[in-house]
Amino acid sequence: MSDRTQDDFRDRILARKPLRLRGGGSKDFYGGIIVGDVLDTRAYRGIVSYEPTELVVTARCGTPLAELEAALAQRGQFLACEPPRFAPGTTVGGAVASGLSGSRRATAGSVRDFVLGVKVMDGEGRVLNFGGQVMKNVAGFDVSRLMVGSLGTLGLILEVSLKVLPLPQGDASLCFDMPQDKALAALNHWGGQPLPLVASCWTQDVLTLRLSGACAAVASACAKLGGERLDATVAGDFWTALRDQSLEFFAGETPLWRFSVPSVVPPLALPDLPQLIEWGGAQRWVRGELPAAAFALAAKVDGHATLFRGGDKANGVFAPLQAPLLEVHRRLKQSFDPYGVFNPGRLYPAF
Amino acid sequence: MRQHSAEAAQDFSSVDRTVLVAALVAELAKVLPAAGLLHVKEDLKPYECDGLSAYRELPLAVLLPETEAQVVAVMKICRAAGVPIVPRGAGTGLSAGALPHCDGVVLSLAKMKRILHIDPVARVAVVQPGVRNLSVSEAAAPFGLYYAPDPSSQIACTIGGNVAENSGGVHCLKYGLTVHNVLRVRAVTMAGDIVEFGNHALDAPGYDLLALAIGSEGLLAITTEVTVKLVPRPELAQVIMASFDDVTKAGEAVAAVIGAGIIPAGLEMMDKPAIAAVEPFVKAGYDLNAAAILLCESDGTAEEVAEEIARMKAVLEASGATGLRVSQSEAERLRFWAGRKAAFPAAGRVSADYYCMDGTIPRRRLGEMLTAITAMEKKYGLRCMNVFHAGDGNLHPLILYDANVPGELQRTEAFGAEILKLSVDLGGTITGEHGVGFEKINSMCDQFGADELRAFHAVKRAFDPEGLLNPEKAIPTLHRCAEFGRMHVHGGQIKFPDLERF
Ligand SMILES: Cc1cc2nc3c(=O)[nH]c(=O)nc-3n(C[C@H](O)[C@H](O)[C@H](O)COP(=O)(O)OP(=O)(O)OC[C@H]3O[C@@H](n4cnc5c(N)ncnc54)[C@H](O)[C@@H]3O)c2cc1C
Repeated sequence: MSDRTQDDFRDRILARKPLRLRGGGSKDFYGGIIVGDVLDTRAYRGIVSYEPTELVVTARCGTPLAELEAALAQRGQFLACEPPRFAPGTTVGGAVASGLSGSRRATAGSVRDFVLGVKVMDGEGRVLNFGGQVMKNVAGFDVSRLMVGSLGTLGLILEVSLKVLPLPQGDASLCFDMPQDKALAALNHWGGQPLPLVASCWTQDVLTLRLSGACAAVASACAKLGGERLDATVAGDFWTALRDQSLEFFAGETPLWRFSVPSVVPPLALPDLPQLIEWGGAQRWVRGELPAAAFALAAKVDGHATLFRGGDKANGVFAPLQAPLLEVHRRLKQSFDPYGVFNPGRLYPAF
Repeated sequence: MRQHSAEAAQDFSSVDRTVLVAALVAELAKVLPAAGLLHVKEDLKPYECDGLSAYRELPLAVLLPETEAQVVAVMKICRAAGVPIVPRGAGTGLSAGALPHCDGVVLSLAKMKRILHIDPVARVAVVQPGVRNLSVSEAAAPFGLYYAPDPSSQIACTIGGNVAENSGGVHCLKYGLTVHNVLRVRAVTMAGDIVEFGNHALDAPGYDLLALAIGSEGLLAITTEVTVKLVPRPELAQVIMASFDDVTKAGEAVAAVIGAGIIPAGLEMMDKPAIAAVEPFVKAGYDLNAAAILLCESDGTAEEVAEEIARMKAVLEASGATGLRVSQSEAERLRFWAGRKAAFPAAGRVSADYYCMDGTIPRRRLGEMLTAITAMEKKYGLRCMNVFHAGDGNLHPLILYDANVPGELQRTEAFGAEILKLSVDLGGTITGEHGVGFEKINSMCDQFGADELRAFHAVKRAFDPEGLLNPEKAIPTLHRCAEFGRMHVHGGQIKFPDLERF
């Protein structure tokens, strides 16, 4: 059945017409313009192998992320990069192609950090295998990680192997009343200490921290940091809502900008706009109409900006690339997708 | 020892080589300080090999730039002249990645060895490529921070080399490899363009070229500056030394520890021959009667370590450990580790030469691999001792041989290639952390088919269209695989139907 699905995919690709790769469609809002006929990946689904003691799971692209994460939870494990779902139907393939990571990213790592191998179909319908199912593997260029965040522009991700981790035993969330500058200073200070601090969220002068790890370590960190401890259920719901952007901050039609910056950058000079800060200061969300100068503003502080959701995409969605790197991008795109089939324009207008 | 035929490289054999070399040296002398340009044979000798000394070659010249601007100038000259460039850090690589090209130059980054900046608040260090791995952690120590990847060669190997190989260490199960600990790589392309992969934020726009650059074995660009992450030094670390009377049981204990939801800071294994070689030399206190020992480390706060050590002990006991010792002081912990870290030099003491392999396999196949290696020892008439990064399934069988005995090196290479082939067959890879280099180029044909190899060549061309950067390393040509007769076959189909068989 799956072979038949692969054949269908290949037939579609070999027609050499633009295709819009799509799993659950939960990230339709993300990236540049979307053209082409939908290639729905959801028929190609299922967990191919899962070996808890090897800390590796391999799943097909159309597998619902919720299904994969439920299977891991049953064995006391999880995806520490916590890819956002945004909507119920999110698939594993979409999570990897978009490369977006959840609230533990600054400490646990991003989706790309957990990808061990991929099987992709290229623009000529060939199935290519990169990486594998083992933790350490340096044979050949790291094409698996190149696929992460490429927004489906380099190929159709058929299968992916991900590193999984045991669920931490202890978990606690603490709240502090703090203005933005104080919160940023505190986060950078705590980040340099041996604390089991895995996630943070600052908005509306409240800083929420998540501690997670060995029970003893979490308990002693709580005692050391103070603050107000959140009820476990409330806290769990809060971090899920943050991951999936269903908190009040993210509601409504106002454009949502993402600033990815060094954690020590002082508060952005956008004082009148609502902001929410994650990743110990390294990921800052801003609501509002920003001019294209937002890209330059982020570049000036050694980061980059993305028009994440809504707004006018005419000025571009992602920060412009350095000329020699743009050329490398073009050549990579040309070699994996010579006929421009995969998601043309989704990442940059030129490809 | 071998023939080169880089397509883009100038054909130095058909014209007067000395005239061409003299012209090249004259050009290079305009952009490099006198001490940074070696071209007399005696001066080239120290660069003829890296840590894998079985392969040697003399380059046309060795270049030692002191600045990025000099690197740019050198790249432009070599590109115009069609001269291959082989980058080099400390030369500790174990896959002949820095082996010179007979028609090319070696570009050593050893003189670019300044730590440019340490930001203890942002927890990053910006360093030049020739900085030694350990010196980053030393410089960060006053702030309670360190750089996590710790290859056993860390007193010598450079960050530039670590980036090129995506090096790991004994703590990478918990703290990750180089790719997980580098934020930004600044580099010079073969065209002489300065580019930056990544930045000081946690991600960058566009394709993840940082991930592609890390582990690219000097084939894509010359690294001239690196920003690494620094992490807080744990309050405490303790290690358990567990003895087993059976190697397979030790392997099962590794799976049991991870199955119990524990990610040790380090989880290493040594077999009896390795223990026997190390103990007289290091006096680490290893159990000489054990068939295998495991070193299982916990780090974190004092409370965390106490909790985790107790859990680890319980699992190891249940897995049939015949003896357990927990380090009672930092000195004792370091002594337990000293034996493991000295395994390679110890091999050098018990044998004239040794050859270190680097396959990775799924942990559950460890027993099978060890049984197979024992059979191979008989088949090739050579001894092998085994040290493993057991936590992540990365094996370092050390094959003992004597290069002065005719035929031993060839038998050793065949032994090694068979281990790598088996690693692939067991669902693993031919290299976990040492890279392919020149050494494992034929084994790449075991692991990848023609389509993947074509994709790798396309990646290479995207950065270096003329193929002048570290040519003939890491990725074999399709012809090479066909000639070698070692083609990876998917589902019974022959992968190179268009190529002639030899
Ligand atoms: C005793 C011993 C123990 C070891 N233990 C480990 C271990 O535990 N884990 C591990 O991963 N490795 C280990 N190694 C292997 C080796 O130390 C690593 O691969 C190391 O990263 C190589 O660094 P180097 O500076 O010596 O690089 P070199 O050997 O000089 O070069 C390695 C590769 O990198 C390229 N290169 C070097 N610098 C640059 C640059 N600036 N830009 C572009 N390309 C460059 C070279 O062309 C070559 O392909 C060990 C080696 C020895 C001898």
